[in-house]
Amino acid sequence: MADTYQADETVDITDVVCPVTFVKAKVALEEMDEGQVLAIRMNDGEPVQNVPRSMKEEGHQVLKLNANNDGTYTLLVRKVGD
Amino acid sequence: MPFTNEQLERYSRHIILKEVGIKGQKKLLNAKVLIIGAGGLGAPAALYLAAAGVGTIGIADADEVDLSNLQRQVIHTTADLGKAKVKSAAETMTAINPDVKVNTYRTFVTSQNIMNLIAGYDFILDGTDNFPAKFLINDACVMAKKPFSHAGIIRFRGQLMTYVPGQGPCYRCVFKNPPPKDAVPTCKQAGVIGAMGGVIGSLQAMEAIKYIIGQGKLLTGRLLTYDALKMEFHTIKLPRDEHCAVCSAHPTITKLIDYEQAECDMKK
Repeated sequence: MADTYQADETVDITDVVCPVTFVKAKVALEEMDEGQVLAIRMNDGEPVQNVPRSMKEEGHQVLKLNANNDGTYTLLVRKVGD
Repeated sequence: MPFTNEQLERYSRHIILKEVGIKGQKKLLNAKVLIIGAGGLGAPAALYLAAAGVGTIGIADADEVDLSNLQRQVIHTTADLGKAKVKSAAETMTAINPDVKVNTYRTFVTSQNIMNLIAGYDFILDGTDNFPAKFLINDACVMAKKPFSHAGIIRFRGQLMTYVPGQGPCYRCVFKNPPPKDAVPTCKQAGVIGAMGGVIGSLQAMEAIKYIIGQGKLLTGRLLTYDALKMEFHTIKLPRDEHCAVCSAHPTITKLIDYEQAECDMKK
């Protein structure tokens, strides 16, 4: 069960395009506490390529990328730092 | 208040920056900046501050847009000729960014009105073109404990300095008193290269933004000079004058002074 994570918050970034995808996820994280987990629902393609990398660059912990059955993905990120 | 998707997109290049982020952008939207002078310096500064989403921008100027202004005062257009500069500036700022509330003051600053003008603002930009106004703005900001950006431009040169209460010198620590009338030409008499306002006015906007978001090092205790012909920037360290007539512990200037303008600058 080590790879099962409970998301504290969820954000949907399928309604925006780069760079607002990352911005919207970043905004959601800024309002959370350190150690909490954010689930980010995103489209395939560019967001899946770039959002996890940008999250790592910001110092957050990328936990898991799950494929949903509708062509979207859900990225789980643990907030690091305040 | 949460950001709309539209705001996230508008400010995305700011929010992506670690030094700004959503917190910094909120600070900008909550900030109040007063620009004194809607001319060569104030025009580019106002454009960048409005675009950046500084939530409240005050702009003070008594003049109307004149054809000779358009070579450098990029906030006004040919269609604005004859219009009050503050009105023209406000229209452009609001067109760039409807998030911004613009307060217009169609007046020159005087010892009578300046304290009221600056009272509600977090940061002041001196975009004026004459020494009486520059000393007046300095003295008023020192007395009211307001941070401000000083700037001046002439020919191919510009200078810049930031005053923050309690940190480094004020304008009067450095320059003491206005020069004798007509000792220094104004840009009306001497000319000024249009892009100089863009360089120095944009730096003023940058200082205001850094002050608001609380990032980086401000130009306090230093004077920046720019010589466009030599293409040289220099910063000169400047100490506080312990005996400064206005910002020292025992000031001799305790009332605002309206210095006389050089005659060539007077309105006919």
